[in-house]
Amino acid sequence: MTIGTDKPAPVQPAPPPSRGVRRHGREGTKREVGLLSSVGHIFLVVWAALVILPLLWTFLASFKNNEEIFGNAWSLPGALRFENWARAWEEAHVGQYFLNSVFVVGVSTFGTMLLGSMAAYVLARYTFFGNRAIYYLFVSGLAFPVFLALVPLFFVVRNLGLFNTHTGLILVYISYSLPFTVFFLAAFFKTLPNSVAEAAMIDGCSHTRLFFRVMMPMAKPGLISITIFNIIGQWNQYILPLAIIPGTDVEDKWVLTQGIANINTSAGFNADWGGLFAALTMAILPMIVIYAIFQRQIQSGLTAGAVK
Amino acid sequence: MRHGKYPFVIGFLLAPVTLYVVFVIAPYAQAFYMAATNWRGLSPGQFVGFENFERLFQDDVFWKALQHHGVLLLALPLLTIAIALFLAFMLNVGGGAKQGVMVGVRGSKFYRVVFFLPQVLAVAILGVLFQAVYRADESGLINGLLGSLGVEPLGFLINPNIALWSIIGVLVWQAVGFYVVLFSAGMASIPKDIYEAAMLDGASRVGLFFRVTIPLLWDTLQVAWVYLGIMAFDAFAIVWTLSVDQGGPDGSTTVLGAEIYRNAFVFSKYGYASAMGVALFFLTLTFAALSLRVSRRESVEM
Repeated sequence: MTIGTDKPAPVQPAPPPSRGVRRHGREGTKREVGLLSSVGHIFLVVWAALVILPLLWTFLASFKNNEEIFGNAWSLPGALRFENWARAWEEAHVGQYFLNSVFVVGVSTFGTMLLGSMAAYVLARYTFFGNRAIYYLFVSGLAFPVFLALVPLFFVVRNLGLFNTHTGLILVYISYSLPFTVFFLAAFFKTLPNSVAEAAMIDGCSHTRLFFRVMMPMAKPGLISITIFNIIGQWNQYILPLAIIPGTDVEDKWVLTQGIANINTSAGFNADWGGLFAALTMAILPMIVIYAIFQRQIQSGLTAGAVK
Repeated sequence: MRHGKYPFVIGFLLAPVTLYVVFVIAPYAQAFYMAATNWRGLSPGQFVGFENFERLFQDDVFWKALQHHGVLLLALPLLTIAIALFLAFMLNVGGGAKQGVMVGVRGSKFYRVVFFLPQVLAVAILGVLFQAVYRADESGLINGLLGSLGVEPLGFLINPNIALWSIIGVLVWQAVGFYVVLFSAGMASIPKDIYEAAMLDGASRVGLFFRVTIPLLWDTLQVAWVYLGIMAFDAFAIVWTLSVDQGGPDGSTTVLGAEIYRNAFVFSKYGYASAMGVALFFLTLTFAALSLRVSRRESVEM
């Protein structure tokens, strides 16, 4: 699904521009159009401000000291206090949490994509006994609220000796990302042409080789969409790490969302609010930068699942 | 040609299916059994049948949480879809016709990028961020603004009457951008000549919105409604990180997710928490089934 990219074919030569009738040719609707578009414009600007202001404000607050933070919200910081940032990075372990998140999400997204596309490929393109059953087993996972599984999941992870470990979290992330990944990619693999696969098989390509050398490259657009979907979903996950790495004694293993939520509670006790906002900015800023670079792919990747 | 098919199929399915069964299917299956026990983590639990559910139905907190899901279920989709539809319409059709093609207002691309931005922020981080936005004195972002206008500061999160609405505000704030993009995609697939024909017939822009855009977007709206409804049954992360006392003040913002987490991991009432999970499961399922049935309409052939 591409968004707003279809190029209109020029239907007829543009009418000569006459002043006053710029957008709409009909005199009768002109005033109504003017009103609607100015109200609409104001609304657009207001909503954009609503999105940007809290983020900008957090950024500014990361340079404030406690007095400024508890003064008027709309005042600027008196100085650029970079020490807030240093404290957040070192003492509040934001650096550690950040690296943990990168590691866990990196490994588990890779695992999700590898295992998910393998399963989806086999389920989409091979007929064998139990094919439908396994497919529906995966897809049924889309319908379940994760809260239902939370308590037993906690014990499964603990009994396997994976409690409070990154390995446990990674395996759980992969498992819970599989339903959507398999669902989405199976549909995608089905659309790939048979002729290429047959030609490769005649050339003596093995099944495995066919998958990695031919099918994976052909499925690239779908793989990219779903990779983005999984990265964002796993990066923003809160409840699963909370259930699997909850201990305060394993704080060095926490992921970013957990860490930030915890700094929030402890900031009150330590009276380090500048540090909290610096930590918050550090959590938000990389996402904004990555989003700014890949916004087109992210938007289409995240909405692709909704529009079949 | 298909020789060696079975070893290959099994090889490719073994790892994903094993992981999935161990970490997803088995826990879900166990949850249903656990809901019928009084297990508290230490001694092996005893089978108590429907006792947990009986207690659940007499639990005020459960009904309170359910009531909040009801409010969320109505307010979240209505507000989000209304705002997103209007914004998407402005961004795609609001600029009027240019050379016979409907275009968005100036700066549409910029707005679309900005509106979508909250979508990539973790809900747990939003919780912390909005505590600062909602703070109850002039150091809060909104109350600072209200204060300079001479309005008394509002206790967004500490006033039980508006706390839930403050949380709904954050959810809407985050969700709108996604649905703007979703509806934009839907609007882009509406043939341009339909708009053209309607405008030649003298349709106003308001008319275009209600008579052309909405009916042709019905399928997308239905998807949006189901998604937002399911979101209304979750809402755990934002309640847990943003609200006072994680569901407070005085239970005025609690949701089932928060109560499941509290009962299981704070009070170690695993059986009882699982019973809540089962209740949540049937609620979500009922909602999905009902909404798909109710919102099904004759779709317009294009």
